[in-house]
Amino acid sequence: MDLDPVFLARLQFAFTVMFHYLFPPLTIGLGAVMVITESAYMLTKNPLYETSAKFWTKIFAVTFAMGVASGIVMEFQFGTNWATYSRFVGDVFGSALAAEGVFAFFLESGFLAVLVFGWDRVSPRVHFFSTIMVFLGSVFSAVWIVVANSWQQTPAGFHLVQTADGLTRAEITDFWAMVFNPSSMLRLSHVLVGSFILGAFFVMSVTAFYILRGKHLEFAKRSFTFALVFAVIVSIGQLLVGHEHAQQVAETQPAKLAAYEGLYQTPEGGAPLTLFGVPNDKEQRLDYAIAIPGLLSFLVHGDFNTPVPGLDQTKPEDRPPVALPFYSYHIMVGLGMFFIGITLLALMLLPRGRLFEQRWLLWIFVFAVIGPYLANHLGWVAAEVGRQPWSVYGLLRTADSVSKSVTAPEILTSLIMFGFIYSLLFAVWVFVLNDKIQKGPDEPGAPPPDTTTLDGLMEAATGLESGRASMTSAKDPGESLV
Amino acid sequence: MLWFFLIGVLLTGYAILDGFDLGVGTLHLFGRTDTERRINMNSIGPVWDGNEVWLVTGGGALFAAFPDAYATAFSGFYLAFMLLLAALIFRAVAMEFRSKRPQRWWRSMWDMAFFLSSSVSSLLFGVAVGNMIQGIPIGPDKEYVGTFIELLNPYALVVGVFNLSMFAMHGSIYLYLKTEGEYQQRVRRWVYKAYAAFVIMYGVTTVYTLLAVPNATRNFEDLPWVWVIVALNVLAIANIPRALYHDLPLRAFISSACTIAALVFLFGVALFPNLIVSSLGNEFNLTAYNAASSQRTLAIMRNIAFIGLPFVLTYTIAIYWIFRGKTRLTATSY
Repeated sequence: MDLDPVFLARLQFAFTVMFHYLFPPLTIGLGAVMVITESAYMLTKNPLYETSAKFWTKIFAVTFAMGVASGIVMEFQFGTNWATYSRFVGDVFGSALAAEGVFAFFLESGFLAVLVFGWDRVSPRVHFFSTIMVFLGSVFSAVWIVVANSWQQTPAGFHLVQTADGLTRAEITDFWAMVFNPSSMLRLSHVLVGSFILGAFFVMSVTAFYILRGKHLEFAKRSFTFALVFAVIVSIGQLLVGHEHAQQVAETQPAKLAAYEGLYQTPEGGAPLTLFGVPNDKEQRLDYAIAIPGLLSFLVHGDFNTPVPGLDQTKPEDRPPVALPFYSYHIMVGLGMFFIGITLLALMLLPRGRLFEQRWLLWIFVFAVIGPYLANHLGWVAAEVGRQPWSVYGLLRTADSVSKSVTAPEILTSLIMFGFIYSLLFAVWVFVLNDKIQKGPDEPGAPPPDTTTLDGLMEAATGLESGRASMTSAKDPGESLV
Repeated sequence: MLWFFLIGVLLTGYAILDGFDLGVGTLHLFGRTDTERRINMNSIGPVWDGNEVWLVTGGGALFAAFPDAYATAFSGFYLAFMLLLAALIFRAVAMEFRSKRPQRWWRSMWDMAFFLSSSVSSLLFGVAVGNMIQGIPIGPDKEYVGTFIELLNPYALVVGVFNLSMFAMHGSIYLYLKTEGEYQQRVRRWVYKAYAAFVIMYGVTTVYTLLAVPNATRNFEDLPWVWVIVALNVLAIANIPRALYHDLPLRAFISSACTIAALVFLFGVALFPNLIVSSLGNEFNLTAYNAASSQRTLAIMRNIAFIGLPFVLTYTIAIYWIFRGKTRLTATSY
């Protein structure tokens, strides 16, 4: 069997980036949750908010560690698997990546230490400040990564230069034109709002579970209500942002939109909006299509009769595949509608506490968190596969981007290695997350539970003893006891 | 030129900071009881991921400033980098999950993973440095034409072991700072042992370099002041046991940090202006000039660095200040 290095490199990138993307949207979403919860605590001094902030912080921390571990892989993978791409884009793309490191990662990882280990070491104000910094760090990180990726979709602010060794590369001409390229801000909003939806659904999933089990009721009901209101706002917001973004795709990447919509042939007059269909590449048409005539034209141009170009307007060698973007895009949009529907339904039931008696609805919410996860991932699949066959749209083909010195068996080896490590990592993450969720937040006012094993007692004892010997013990004698 | 220096700064920051937490990992199994091992992990708990960010940022900066060097090194050292990534991931996971279950087998398994991944990472960094000093087969198209096994040559392995001993020494001093009581006295003995290993390896590596890679000292002839750094480095190394004798562990730690900084600096001088030396001929070397980005990008990057780095240094220092003092186990510990 002949192994295709391009295919393997793409598979590896898709696998590692999709695994990585399990974590950042959750940390961005939970970051927002932590900021909201802790500001509630700062305003009301209600210990309930303090324990809930601590609870979400623990979950955030575990997820963040996973994000760092799998993120280092991403940062290096451009060089290992996509060396030719790196040589071509480094002048432009690299600065966005470096900016992410300098502005986002240091902020996040530095203040995270205060967040997790610093509850007893710094004042509540400093702690609150650190929470905001960690959240900002995670947002900045998204900013620079989406900027870099958007430049691949809609390159701007650069020119092509011949280097001394006869290769062509992109060099930057206008940094801000690169940062604010035609798609970056819309895509950034889309990604951030998508993360907020995930954060809200994650909180609702955990707390709905507590309500069903009759545990931590006060915490659970309050958190659920907060998250629900937030979810309604961001779900509806996403509809608007998504719409704007689709209009921009129609303008800058018409072939991609045609793939999303399964539009093989340019229709005469207005283009229909397909609700369902099965792409048929051989016949170049959509089978079993259910469509609303003219609606796509209306959504894109505000007019039912303006034509929308189909894939036949693009040269055959420049066409993206249809099936994957088509399905991903449609399922994502469908899920978006589901989020709006279910959150509005829950919101209507909220007054007079009727919502918390609807056990079936709460069960739906327990599992609904899978929805935003799918939607976030499918959105990226649609965006990235829809960009093909280019790695930098219109400039560099994916097939010409891979490392020349890396062989297919090497990629296969590392792919298998990542498959193994990531399965393990995923299992461990789910295990620890489950552990923390089962334990739940501490009861306000109660001393934090410690391990009640002999081991734990021994540790407390040695901690106390060594505490006496040290100089700092005068300041916080109780710390070692906890 | 500026970026050659700045990437050196990032590399130095990384080597000093992640150096001690990798070193703690290498010494981890010397901790006898569960409590001792938890103290090991928690001594670096609040800071290790911040330390690894130096590596990530260094990678990003290399990508932006010298795309060709980034592309050649990372694709050329493919399997080595994949091994390094696997080790770094395992390390993170081991720390995060070790203390989550009380069973002995669970904890021993993660202890072993923590030790192995830390040591393999330190070794691989050294191997990478060794290969960069020595040169690797780079063809005219800037692509690596060797194999993975060629990277594991005797010289590179010696530098790898040297790096391992240096990080172990650095980590042991850090641990000495962070521990107390009877355990600290035991850590003290490790410091001396690691120090002895480091000095021996330092000698071996120096002699081996002079014999095998005479090219490494070519810049020293044009820049006599570099010898001042060499002298300061020797003084810093000598100061470590002196500071320990007077029980001033912070001074010992600063000395070993200076040692690392000086060695990275000398490595930079030995290399300059090359980034990656080709063993197939000097005309194929990747240098700070032929592998660099455009002037405009370098200027943008300079601005990013000048805006960002003061912040980074401020809160890095602030965080080490907040977590100063001895490591104790509390409810929020690993």
